[in-house]
Amino acid sequence: MMVERSGWRVKSVRLWLPLGAYMIFTLFPFYWMAVTSLKPNSELYNRRIMPLIVYHPTLKHYADLLSQTNFLEWTWNTLLVATVSTAISLVFGVMLAYPLARMRFAGSALVAFGVAATYLVPQPLLFIPLADIITKLGLNDTLTSVILTYPTLLIPFCAWLLMGYFRSVPHELEDAARIDGATRLQTMFRVFLPLCTPGFISAGIFAFTLAQNEFLYALIFLTQTDVRTVPVGAIAELVKGDVFYWGQLMAAALLGSVPVAIIYSFFVEHYVAGLTAGAVKQ
Amino acid sequence: MSTTALPAAVYVPVLRKASSLRRWTEREDVFSWLMIIPPVVFLLLLVGYPLVYGVWLSLEDRPVARPGTFVGLANFIADAHDPVFWQVVQNTFVYTFFATVLKMIGGLGLALVMNQDFKFKNTVRALVLLPFIVPTVLSTIAWMWILDPAFAPINWFLRNLHIANPGPSWLGNPHLAMMSLIIVNVWRGLPFYGITLLAGLQTISPELYEAATIDGASTWDRFYYVTLPLLKPVIYIVTMFSVIFTFADFQLVYVLTRGGPANATHLFATYAFDLAMGAGQLGLGASVALAMLPPLALIILAMSIYMKPHKS
Repeated sequence: MMVERSGWRVKSVRLWLPLGAYMIFTLFPFYWMAVTSLKPNSELYNRRIMPLIVYHPTLKHYADLLSQTNFLEWTWNTLLVATVSTAISLVFGVMLAYPLARMRFAGSALVAFGVAATYLVPQPLLFIPLADIITKLGLNDTLTSVILTYPTLLIPFCAWLLMGYFRSVPHELEDAARIDGATRLQTMFRVFLPLCTPGFISAGIFAFTLAQNEFLYALIFLTQTDVRTVPVGAIAELVKGDVFYWGQLMAAALLGSVPVAIIYSFFVEHYVAGLTAGAVKQ
Repeated sequence: MSTTALPAAVYVPVLRKASSLRRWTEREDVFSWLMIIPPVVFLLLLVGYPLVYGVWLSLEDRPVARPGTFVGLANFIADAHDPVFWQVVQNTFVYTFFATVLKMIGGLGLALVMNQDFKFKNTVRALVLLPFIVPTVLSTIAWMWILDPAFAPINWFLRNLHIANPGPSWLGNPHLAMMSLIIVNVWRGLPFYGITLLAGLQTISPELYEAATIDGASTWDRFYYVTLPLLKPVIYIVTMFSVIFTFADFQLVYVLTRGGPANATHLFATYAFDLAMGAGQLGLGASVALAMLPPLALIILAMSIYMKPHKS
């Protein structure tokens, strides 16, 4: 929409009022995490005082979280699993996307359809058979179980995103390399792929956040505390029966969100490009 | 044999002595298939095979850690006679419908608001996306604490404004629990709609709006006759994705309600999980998970008939 008269009244009604309301809705849970994690228990469980303010901030919950639980180990597991499965997915994604985007061969339409279909297979359709398969392979309670299965969620996405990116690169450089006698593999690795770094960053950052976010497989495959990821660890070990350690839970929620938020903040543009790539043709 | 030095004169042809194998792998189709086979095999093993195995499991009576016996369609017949199953079907439709509609309308509104010029636009956009990138389970735990009946801010305000005392049990009442789930789902999913639709809006040429304005179109006319038709393809794809992932949602329900109170918020995924992982009935669980496919396929079909933009 255009703003013809951009007086501050018009602007505040059309822009700042709705945007402000939405930002409060969006950001409140993060504020609530931060406030809760800093409250002593005496304030946390007091129904009388105003809950949005901390009167006597304390870092006790953070200290407890880091000393009494395996939070640091969960964080390490999460980062390790997310990094490795993202790397695997990027490699396989390129192997799918390069031929599909740049070559002509019999069966390409079928493979492209298969990749798209795989992306749309709902995860709940797979977790029961996968649980049985993982048990039979003896991979329960190993990080290998999730490192193997996360790429199934990430590869179709990476391939799809990279295909879009690859198609936008002009053919001239590759043709020149081919005429000069370079093999197809050389052309791909030395000439083509270096041109596509932004595409890799988009796909990588998106895959990484997806892997960090995964919960269902981790919940089923990882039942020992030393192999858990942050989401599963928080749910399974900071909630004991009906007792919720809210201070620690909120500290864990905040700390667990920080790594991905930091990485994301460096690559917002790439992330947005990846997010919108499937739906919007630039 | 570097190809980074592109000038042809420098390059010594290697292919002169190329073996027939080499010539074979240089063929476009052979090279493509050699590239494609490893990831395809990987996906067939870890997606294709489990999918088929899931269908097989759904036809078995298969207690966990014991061999199964083939029972034909008995699991599906048991589902059809299970009142909880039909409750699950209804819950999933209600959840998907309201969450999708709210995200679509809210996302369109957010995109239109953000499609104006203002300071800190990039910062605002980065912040708007936060709910979408932060691990869902962690933010959902925060929502659980926001909705806590005794110590959370919502009920504190309700009590102190003398609207309700002690205040509703947001996750303990069947209707409120479903409503709370939908709100949390909208909170998490709306940025995806908003930012994608914003990207769609930015591809619309300003000249179209100028032309429409010259022709005397009002703000509403411009939205209805210019913005909406041009945005339709984007809305269609975003909604398609969203419907599939909302229909198959697991995390929100597992964290907030575990399907309760009294199964009022169980979805296909959480009910299948309870049957398979909780009760150890892998076959029955697999049948519930599979039962989500026909209704999902119907929704997608209906959407592609009624929402799909005509190619012009």
